[in-house]
Amino acid sequence: MRTEISIKDTKSKFLAKVEELSGENIYACYQCGKCSAGCPSISEMDISPSEIIRLVQLGEEKEVLNSKTIWVCASCFTCVTRCPKGVDLAKIMESLRQISLRKNVDYVNPLSIPKDVLSQVPQIALISCLRKFSA
Amino acid sequence: MKISYFPGCTLKTMAKNFEDSALASASSLGVEMVELPRWNCCGTVYSLTSDDLIHQLAPIRNLIRVKEQKNTRVVTLCSMCYHTLKRANKMVQEDSEKLDKLNNLMYKEDVKYDGEVEVLHLLEILKNEVGFSQVAKKVKTPLKGLKVAPYYGCLLLRPPEVGLDDSENPTILKNFLESLGAEVIDYPYETECCGSYHTVVNIDLVVERVYDILSSAINQGAEAIVLSCPLCDFNLDNRQKEIKEKFSEFKGIPVFYFTQLLALSLGLKEKACRFDLNFVDPRPLLKSKHLTGGV
Repeated sequence: MRTEISIKDTKSKFLAKVEELSGENIYACYQCGKCSAGCPSISEMDISPSEIIRLVQLGEEKEVLNSKTIWVCASCFTCVTRCPKGVDLAKIMESLRQISLRKNVDYVNPLSIPKDVLSQVPQIALISCLRKFSA
Repeated sequence: MKISYFPGCTLKTMAKNFEDSALASASSLGVEMVELPRWNCCGTVYSLTSDDLIHQLAPIRNLIRVKEQKNTRVVTLCSMCYHTLKRANKMVQEDSEKLDKLNNLMYKEDVKYDGEVEVLHLLEILKNEVGFSQVAKKVKTPLKGLKVAPYYGCLLLRPPEVGLDDSENPTILKNFLESLGAEVIDYPYETECCGSYHTVVNIDLVVERVYDILSSAINQGAEAIVLSCPLCDFNLDNRQKEIKEKFSEFKGIPVFYFTQLLALSLGLKEKACRFDLNFVDPRPLLKSKHLTGGV
């Protein structure tokens, strides 16, 4: 049986939320894969950056929010610099983290960070870590 | 020349070697960096979601302090501070509605912010106002024979609208180091992310990343790394301990803040260079090169 999937059917509330938070046009992405090619963190990711955008386009909320990828991305802006369509993927990744964190669920519980790590790392590391990982 | 100076948290603690060497070097080049009164945290990471205005308060409040100091320009040293201040500033300059909202939130401030402050990094002052050729003239101890690898990391360069040089092919650190007489090597990792704040919860990720960066530089003949971010510095310098545990053949390499080499070449003493605060002791290397000014 032939199934037709149109943008109209798949444009979800989730996608609208991502577009609202990021201010980006998710459909501008034409899947060239340049973001994935240049991503320094891709070896740590379960879903590549360009696949994340594709899944958002298709409204696959669960798969995206349960991925490791959105937490591995450290906003280095390499993909932002290189995207031929001007899509700011760092903003999209941030929106995805925010959608999770705004349910008041920490990705990293501040109390779980061992004391010896707390005394070892510089403040900027700690503050940025908790800004990105805690609700 | 006088300019407001925003230090940020880590310059006052783990990166004293960065601050001390920067202030002393700038002063000897005729640049007086006047620390802002009542500065606060810059936020460290720029808020990337469009509705998260509350996190833009911290950087913008610091720019109000610049106005209170009767200045129109502020200089930073830390790449993360540079990024958050410059980007928040650009955001309010381009969005008057958000600027109004921020001013309303800060109604207790005596001064209103109108986007009139310019955010600069010390490297830009050295390049565009002092001039690298002028720096070269002031060098007393040229870093002759010292092979260095510049490491830009992310936030000095990206995204391009707030970067201080070409995002893909930067030359500012290279030109700066050459003006000090050093030999600058090329390697492909100079703009690659070090893993950043993952160093708190995922040391392995940082160890893998930094091992690649440092090994590449070493293989190209680098004897030292030169950078400008205290978080990159922590990952590239302190984390060498963990790299050695994982990669037994890794021998280690000294990591400098660019201002430490500036201080050394300007003939400033140990109190300004603060090589004692580097994790991998760079003094044996400097001694072997007869660069004993600040040692």
